[in-house]
Amino acid sequence: MRPFKYSASTTINSAAQLLSANPNARILAGGTNILDLMKEDVERPDELVDINRLNLSVVKPITEGVNKGGISIGGLGKNAETANHPLIRQNFPLLTQAILAGASAQIRNMATNGGNLNQRTRCPYFYEVSMPCNKREPGTGCGAREGINRMHAIFGWSESCVAVHPSDMCVALAALDAVVKVQGSSGKVRSIPFAEYHRLPGEMPEKDNTLQHGEVVTSIEIPKNNFASKSYYLKVRDRASYAFALVSVAAAIEMNGSGIKQAWLALGGVAHKPWRAFEAERFLAGKAATADNFRQAAEMEMKQAKALEHNGFKIELGTRAIVLALTRAMNGGTA
Amino acid sequence: MMTEDTPDQELTEDEKQLFGQLLCEDQNQLTDFDEARRNFLKQITLAGGGILALQMFGKETFAGSLHEPLNAELPVNLENSVNVSFKVNGIKKSLDVDSRMTLLDTLRERLQLTGSKKGCDHGQCGACTVIVDGKRVLSCLTLAASCTNKSVTTIEGLAKNGELHPMQASFLKHDGFQCGYCTPGQICSAVALMGEARNGEVSYVTPNVRIKAAPIQLSEEEIRERMSGNICRCGAYPNIVDAIKEVHSAKPVAQNWNLVDQKELTEI
Ligand SMILES: Cc1cc2nc3c(=O)[nH]c(=O)nc-3n(C[C@H](O)[C@H](O)[C@H](O)COP(=O)(O)OP(=O)(O)OC[C@H]3O[C@@H](n4cnc5c(N)ncnc54)[C@H](O)[C@@H]3O)c2cc1C
Ligand code: FES
Ligand code: FES
Repeated sequence: MRPFKYSASTTINSAAQLLSANPNARILAGGTNILDLMKEDVERPDELVDINRLNLSVVKPITEGVNKGGISIGGLGKNAETANHPLIRQNFPLLTQAILAGASAQIRNMATNGGNLNQRTRCPYFYEVSMPCNKREPGTGCGAREGINRMHAIFGWSESCVAVHPSDMCVALAALDAVVKVQGSSGKVRSIPFAEYHRLPGEMPEKDNTLQHGEVVTSIEIPKNNFASKSYYLKVRDRASYAFALVSVAAAIEMNGSGIKQAWLALGGVAHKPWRAFEAERFLAGKAATADNFRQAAEMEMKQAKALEHNGFKIELGTRAIVLALTRAMNGGTA
Repeated sequence: MMTEDTPDQELTEDEKQLFGQLLCEDQNQLTDFDEARRNFLKQITLAGGGILALQMFGKETFAGSLHEPLNAELPVNLENSVNVSFKVNGIKKSLDVDSRMTLLDTLRERLQLTGSKKGCDHGQCGACTVIVDGKRVLSCLTLAASCTNKSVTTIEGLAKNGELHPMQASFLKHDGFQCGYCTPGQICSAVALMGEARNGEVSYVTPNVRIKAAPIQLSEEEIRERMSGNICRCGAYPNIVDAIKEVHSAKPVAQNWNLVDQKELTEI
């Protein structure tokens, strides 16, 4: 690991200022991603701003504004504590399941909500500094495009990058229509709708998201919903636990009598950002909650998918995963 | 190793003393579990194989702390030095570290606590698991600099007053290891897991996460899911699960292995 200066800040303002003053400074939250990448020489900050002493870890009900009745989770809240918070378990079990599907108990005890949003891809070409990677070193090419791309994207990729976003938590947040609150050194707070937080690679794969340097994720707001009893997070992976998703699905259904009023669907492991399955959602609105309709919705979504050389299996896998996740959501969200 | 000699004749004075400490019967609060553990330790010790186990799990743990710290390895020139004051196994420590130093390297290289192991150094194996402020975490992805005012418990801190922690004893009873490299991490992880279950924390395989938090009785599937952050290259998983089950249920779980007896030995 390269030498770096360790700075600990105690206020959002001082953290944002330290960051703004140094383009090569990075935030240290749980450290589970940034330290790993620094050991690999992928990330090379010359300063780490430790934000662990900021008071940003509370979970609290939102009592006013557009998201009234929803919940706010702190940017520094630990993944494990967020997942197990009684209000989250009761009202947003989709988020609980998604967080608990990721990483391991030890990592979830360390990982923070803000860090989870800003974790980088697990693409092996990104991790291996002797390989070309436009995300790590713009202009060097994409090693995975013609390389081994079994784990890579089937939606929204570009010739310059086929990497996927690795988070499970973010897939649930996408389906939950969350809003990311960020604050910069000017003290100004921005609210970023979750769908606009992460981006597709296009010609700028080095930018994972729309956060600007110097900004800190202070909280994530989740609006109230009526589908707590009908949601499910399904994760399909190479081993039973402690592995990144091949495909994952966050599914939620609000019923209107015997028909579907609205469905919320987001996919993980398939794109550079959590992939909201809007096509499938539109199809399901007003339909009966039958296996046949679930299958048709899934197929409709997957029509837009474009496989690479080694990941064609994700199209059928994704289709079946959507059907299974919707079915389990209808069954009360139990495995 | 398996001879007819009585084990006492093979024990050094050190070992006899340790043996006495481990098996002393004059404690007045013996739980069933402790009783079972004692009988077990006696059994394997009498059979000879236990001497090795005692050396590995007893002697090193208890006697290891008697060694003087090796000052020779103190770095002279620290780049980006950070002072960290924290507690390790209940003892206050204050030292200057390079900002890059992980908690794992600090424990192993600076504090002579080599129980925590470096398997991958990238968060992928769990061998470095320690307990910080009551939570199991990976010391390879924790900067020592960020540990100020925290309290760290390592495998060396689990035994109390010469008594193995029940989880350590249970790993011994169930042979929850082969090479032993993952074991300190497995045991620290399992100890913290007991607390998580008591607090009613759920997992990805919990059927209904909306239930109100209350102590959870872990199924085998739950134990496997919640221990998935600790990889065992030797594949001792079935025995690890048995060891955890025994402590979690506070009821004896049958050993799935036995020492060969005299009769079987003569038949070979
Ligand atoms: C072996 C392994 C397996 C894993 N498996 C999974 C998995 O299956 N599913 C999954 O979802 N995740 C998985 N993870 C990833 C894990 O969830 C992330 O590493 C973690 O969420 C990152 O959070 P952190 O607080 O540790 O971030 P850090 O490492 O501290 O930071 C990560 C990045 O975010 C930035 N950052 C941190 N906090 C903020 C903030 N408040 N505002 C702005 N920027 C910030 C940092 O500067 C850094 O660039 C795995 C990780 C490991 C090591
Ligand atoms: S050494 Fe820390 S997880 Fe492998
Ligand atoms: S006992 Fe050898 S790695 Fe687990």
